Parts: sequence; C-alpha cells; structure tokens
Amino acid sequence: MDPSNDKIRVEGLSAGFGDRRVLFDVSMALPARRVTAIIGPSGCGKSTFIRILNRMHELVRGAWASGEVHLDGVPIHGPGVDPVLLRRRVGMVFQKPNPFPHLSVRENVLAGLSLTGRRRRSEAEAVMERALAQAALWDEVRDRLDAPAGGLSGGQQQRLCIARALAVDPEVLLMDEPCSALDPIATARIEDLIHALCADYTIVIVTHSMQQAARVSHRTAFLLLGELVEHDDTDRLFTSPRDSRTEDYITGKFG
Amino acid sequence: MSPSGRAPGPFHGPATPPFERILEFGLVACGLLSILTTAGIVAVLAGETVAFFREVPVRAFLFDTQWTPLFADKHFGIWPLVAGTLLTTAIAVGIALPFGLLSAIFLAEFAPARVRSVVKPLLEVLAGIPTVVYGYFALVTLTPLLQRVVPGLSGFNALSAGLVMGVMIVPFISSLAEDALSAVPDALREGALALGAGRLPTVLRVVVPAARSGILAALLLAVARAIGETMIVAIAAGQQPILTLDPRSSVETMTAYIVQVSMGDVPAGTLEYRTIFAVGTLLFLMTLGFNTLGLRLARGAQRVG
Repeated sequence: MDPSNDKIRVEGLSAGFGDRRVLFDVSMALPARRVTAIIGPSGCGKSTFIRILNRMHELVRGAWASGEVHLDGVPIHGPGVDPVLLRRRVGMVFQKPNPFPHLSVRENVLAGLSLTGRRRRSEAEAVMERALAQAALWDEVRDRLDAPAGGLSGGQQQRLCIARALAVDPEVLLMDEPCSALDPIATARIEDLIHALCADYTIVIVTHSMQQAARVSHRTAFLLLGELVEHDDTDRLFTSPRDSRTEDYITGKFG
Repeated sequence: MSPSGRAPGPFHGPATPPFERILEFGLVACGLLSILTTAGIVAVLAGETVAFFREVPVRAFLFDTQWTPLFADKHFGIWPLVAGTLLTTAIAVGIALPFGLLSAIFLAEFAPARVRSVVKPLLEVLAGIPTVVYGYFALVTLTPLLQRVVPGLSGFNALSAGLVMGVMIVPFISSLAEDALSAVPDALREGALALGAGRLPTVLRVVVPAARSGILAALLLAVARAIGETMIVAIAAGQQPILTLDPRSSVETMTAYIVQVSMGDVPAGTLEYRTIFAVGTLLFLMTLGFNTLGLRLARGAQRVG
C-alpha cells in the first residue's frame, strides 16, 4: 500500500495503566478513507489502542503511552499539539450510546459546535441536517428535532451519536464497539452507514465480532494480549492468515 | 416450632431464644420512643396553635403588618417575622450557593485526589462549628468590620447574621452537590471531550446540567437549614420585629422570636405564650416543605445517576 495514503501511522506504541501494560510495541498504518477493523478477544488492548488515537487514553488516571502516533505525518503527542484540537479532527463513537440526556435531538447534534464556541446561527440548521442525513437518521427524527434525545431507541441514539461526531467535521472516526449494545437490525443499519461514510472519512472500528469486521472493513488488525499479531487486507486475513494464532482465533478455537 | 416427637437438641430449641426476644422488644421500644416523641411534638404544636387561633382570627395573623404580642397594644401580623426569616435566609443562600456550588465543581471535577482529601474535611468542619460561635463572630467581629464600609448598618442586623449563616451552610450545598456531580456518568464527560470540548465547557454545559436536580435538592435542603437556624440570628440579627427587607436593619426571625419568648418570663397558658406555638407551626411547615421537596429531588437524582 502506498505509504503517502496513510492517514495514521503508529510506530512502536506501548501503553498501560500504572504497572499494568496493555499494549506491546504496536506498529501499523491506517489508510485514508478506508475502514480498519481492530479485532481480538476481551482485554487485548483494542479499546486502549483507539483511545490513544484521539488522546482520550491519557484522561484515565495512571494511564501512560510511549511510541509514536502520526496523523498526516505530524506526531499527535508532539509539543504544541493540543489534545482538544486533535479531538476535533479525530471523532469518536462509544460502545454505549451516550447522547446528552438533558438536550434535544437538535442540541445533541450541534453540541460539538456549541461546546467549542463554533456554532453559527446561519449555518447551524444546515450542519444539523447534513449530519443527521449522513448518519441516516434525518428521516426518522425530522419531526421531533426538539424532543429529548433520551426518547430515541438505542439504535437511533447511537446514530445520533454518530451524527454528533460528524457535525464537527472530523477527518477520522473512531468507533469503539459501536454495535455491542444494539440489536441485529440496528447493527445492520450502522454497518451500512460505515460503508457509506468511508468515502469521506478514515474509519477505525473496534469490534469483538469477526463477522462484523469481515463485513465492514478493508483492513483488519488482530490484537492478542496487547500484541499486534497480524495486520492485513481483511479478505486475506480471514481467508489465509499467516499466523497460526490468527487462524485459531478466526476459526473459533479461542476468544 | 410445631410440636413434634423429636427430642429437643441444641438446634431444636424455641425459634427465638428469650435473649433475642428481649433485644427485639428493646429495639421496637427505641423506635416507638422516637415516633411517639415526634407525634407528641406535632400534637402539642397543633393543640396550642388551635387554641391560639381561637383567640386570634387567622385574618389578623395573615394580614396585619405588625407583630407586637408582648405589648399592651397587641398585633399578631406574622409578616415581620416571616420577612426577617426570608431576608436572613436569602442572604445566607445567596452566599452559600455560589461558594458551595463552585467548591463542589472543584472537588468533583478538578481537584487532584490529594487536594480533595484535605479540602473536603476542612469544608465539613464549617458545619461542625457550634452555631453560638458563629453568632458571636457575626455580632462582635463581622458587624463592626462591616460598619466601616456599609453606612447605616445597625449593631444587630440581618446582613452579618445572613453572611455568617451562609458560611455555615456552604458544606451542606457543597457535599450534596458534589454527590450529584459525581453521580453523572463518565460516558457524558467522555462524549463531550471526544467532540473536542475543553474541560470547563464540558463541566459547565454537560455535567452541571445533567446534575441539576441533585443541585436543586442541595439548594432546598440548605434553605430549610437556614430557615430553621436559630442561634446565629438570635444573637446577631436582633429581636425587633420590623417589617423590612433592608439588610442593614435589625430584624427578628421566627426562630429568634421563639427563643425570646421561651427564655423570658411569659407565663405558660397565656395568649402571649401560645404565639410561639403558632409561629413554631408555621416554621415547621416551611422547613418540612423544603425538606420534603429537597429529599424527593435528591432521591430522583440518584435514580437518574
């Protein structure tokens, strides 16, 4: 793969919490406008890995990380990089839908702009409609934009969170097991959405479902006990894995 | 245990050994004692209040603007006492709400664990200082200081009593509001931070609004505490039932009036004596109302959190 097409490059990344080490010397490149899936059994460091990419990891007490992460060739832990500004370029969707319960649907979508003081009255409606349309939610909520976000179904809430992340116009979208709290129908909608969104965004999705990784991603990375075992095109990784541990995992021998 | 043919062994004795029975009886008696005491207080309050209103029409109580039951020319208008109470309470809460809320935000969201472990107990000490100490502090220290900057401040005044009472209730608000803020799920903080929001906007515009019912509960409980506070206002605010909202003036609160009469030489059973029960009933209803509302909100907030 052409290295100039890499949106994010990770080199020699180790990380942990206090004495506990959860990532060991991980290096990989994440291509732009592609979906990269991170798979592996629980506790393998998947979530820690993507939380480093938008520097959410360091908010946890005792968390540490070493190694280099480059976004468009610029080290994100370098001096002069403001994590707050970084997070506007690298958005995130969490495992459990977390809309702001005291705000309406409209206010939730625009929360990123309001909270960062970038909301313009003239553009707000257009931004909101675009973000909700991108998240395939517009048709379902156009009549209840002022209703509280807590009244939406779980799947709608998760798409609302995706719309909220897209409204601030990020370049990268990190998704930490975005479907684990959703039913199969809602999951299918989110997966369709990921397909559509990768035309414009670089997407990194953590999942413990190999089927999901196979359905939505172009590249797949397999993490085991904090080590990157294998990272390859999704088709190749699932059909002809090079490492026996990968093969054992995808054939269901453990995990 | 049902009678059976089995020989009573060590594990087949009576279901409740006599000792446990005595213990149980003792516990029930203790519980009943406090319930009966409360019931007795309410009964006496109600009985004397009814007796009071047999002699003084409710109209005079509610619509007269003077409170002079101890003078020859008797008036029974409750408003001067209510105004004094509300004035000192408003000053106290006006001080305690911003300070209490800001310290709660600092403790819950910003303070490192070490700072928190020092500041939190220090704040709680404020609630443990005897109120008589607060009262004298207001009278002999704060009032003379304030008199240098506030023209027309009388020796006994609502201002310094209210200010000192505000300091006293800061820990009420801060500890309840801190609980409410800590109960807000981290998922909301992370959601805001992941959108590129700074710490301060995240706290002020996401965490605090999500905790609003708990914060409101803290406020209501603090108001109830301030309304019922006695010693500070009796010492520092004076005993002149003047219908005013001027904080520089001497005022008498409902609690201070009750102290004044019950410590004086008003004979029991007289109309003058019964006034304190009428005032006490109103006080009871006010604090009960704020407490009930506050506790209900606090429980609701916990469920949400």
